[in-house]
Amino acid sequence: MGAPIIELADIAKTFESRAGATEALRAVSLTVEAGEFVSIIGPSGCGKSSLLRIVGNLVEPTSGVARVNGKSARQARLDRDYGIVFQTPVLYEWRTALDNVQLPLELAGRARGEREQRSRALLRLVGLDEFAGHHPWQLSGGMQQRVSIARALALNPSILLMDEPFGALDEMTRERLNQELLQVCAETAATVLFVTHSIAEAVFLSTRIVVMSPRPGRIERVVKVDLPRPRVNKTRALPRFFELVTEVRQSLREDSGVAEDLRSGGADSP
Amino acid sequence: MTYLREYGPAALVLVAGLLAWEAVVYLFSIEFYLLPAPHVIVQSLRDTYPVLVEAGLYTFTEAVVGWALGCGGGILAAMAASRSPAFAGLVLPYAVASASVPIIALAPLAIVWFGVEQGSKIAIVVLMTFFPTFVSTLRGLLSVAPQSLELMESYAASEQQIFMKLRLPQSLPMMFTALRACATLAMIGAVVSEFFGGPVKSLGVYIKSTASLFQTRQAWSAILVACALGLLFYFAVALVERLVMPWHFERRER
Repeated sequence: MGAPIIELADIAKTFESRAGATEALRAVSLTVEAGEFVSIIGPSGCGKSSLLRIVGNLVEPTSGVARVNGKSARQARLDRDYGIVFQTPVLYEWRTALDNVQLPLELAGRARGEREQRSRALLRLVGLDEFAGHHPWQLSGGMQQRVSIARALALNPSILLMDEPFGALDEMTRERLNQELLQVCAETAATVLFVTHSIAEAVFLSTRIVVMSPRPGRIERVVKVDLPRPRVNKTRALPRFFELVTEVRQSLREDSGVAEDLRSGGADSP
Repeated sequence: MTYLREYGPAALVLVAGLLAWEAVVYLFSIEFYLLPAPHVIVQSLRDTYPVLVEAGLYTFTEAVVGWALGCGGGILAAMAASRSPAFAGLVLPYAVASASVPIIALAPLAIVWFGVEQGSKIAIVVLMTFFPTFVSTLRGLLSVAPQSLELMESYAASEQQIFMKLRLPQSLPMMFTALRACATLAMIGAVVSEFFGGPVKSLGVYIKSTASLFQTRQAWSAILVACALGLLFYFAVALVERLVMPWHFERRER
């Protein structure tokens, strides 16, 4: 662990709409250090996606300060310090897989040769080098999400922001991609902030898990995951894995009504 | 083989229709000046084709030039309007409403303003094609998924980059739908404007004058030329559409 990469101080977010104000986040403070993999877990509507967007400066907090890489979140975005993966792949259908991965490199004004080389290497990293010329609709959901991960890595960002990236995938694909993601992270040394509603996924991937309360979202608890690294499929069978899953689940249940909400999200764990 | 399976039945319908036409004319002994049989029209086409080619080119030029100016202007105006969604919201209702205005009714006035030659016809075609292209293109440019936009923002993309790499490619399908529809409109606009007055060497005037002299077969052969040119125009635009966005069609064909 090293220097703080993400620093959130007393973040609050209230959305105004015609129906009135909705308080999404209240007094959230969190520090993520270099090389960490931090998952944010919580019931639907607890503001975890908003929190991620505040870090990425796609949403401004109502109050509080978000600092990324020692700068304001806005400056970090303008410096293209992070790569983002959304719940849906958000691939442009007129671009091939290769061209979709190239997009950030184009936006950053990199030379054609470098773009091509870099995006080919990234497709290889996510195991899709044979599909470089395919358009998004010719790829399965899991493959599309891998393209979107490759795209997020294009500018070699120090931070990866991931908003339930595997939420729409089936369980088997999700587990395989979890494994691949850890390998990719090991190779790129990126710090990851990962939003999920799967307890098992959070435990498997993370160094720390931030458990959030229902709306307005506050940090209920931070669970340190002390499972050995590298995490492999066998990790899921360790007694400690189950203990941690139980611990996270219990912290989620401390708020009434949450268990109901998470039954589907946590169904994959014992 | 696949082409034959796809278009074969349609071609059969055409042949059957022409045969039925011939049969009806003969069975009911319809006078040729009322409804000439297809083979008579073809004959007349062969006899008068130098005149028809000249008139066809004259009218086709009006349609193409008017279409290019009207659609080009519509696209440029849509691009400008898309810069400010507030402004777009202001003009869009009027542009949409213009679809129900019979612009062709201005044709006699256009002659007063732009003369009896090609200028007045081009003006009508420009007016007819401008608004549909403007509306479709603007809608295409503005109908960008929020997440696609968020992705661009996450990479600090400039307005120009967002336009070139997201809005424009996103709008192409809607833009081309309008361009195809306008190709048809342009031909209609050109021919009908000529009915209100124009030189003899134009399809509209030729059709009108031959019909009023009961030279029905000549009128029909000119109508046939107008149809053929309209189809040619339409398919030329459709071909460009395929070349510009092959991804759109590959996807549809799956």
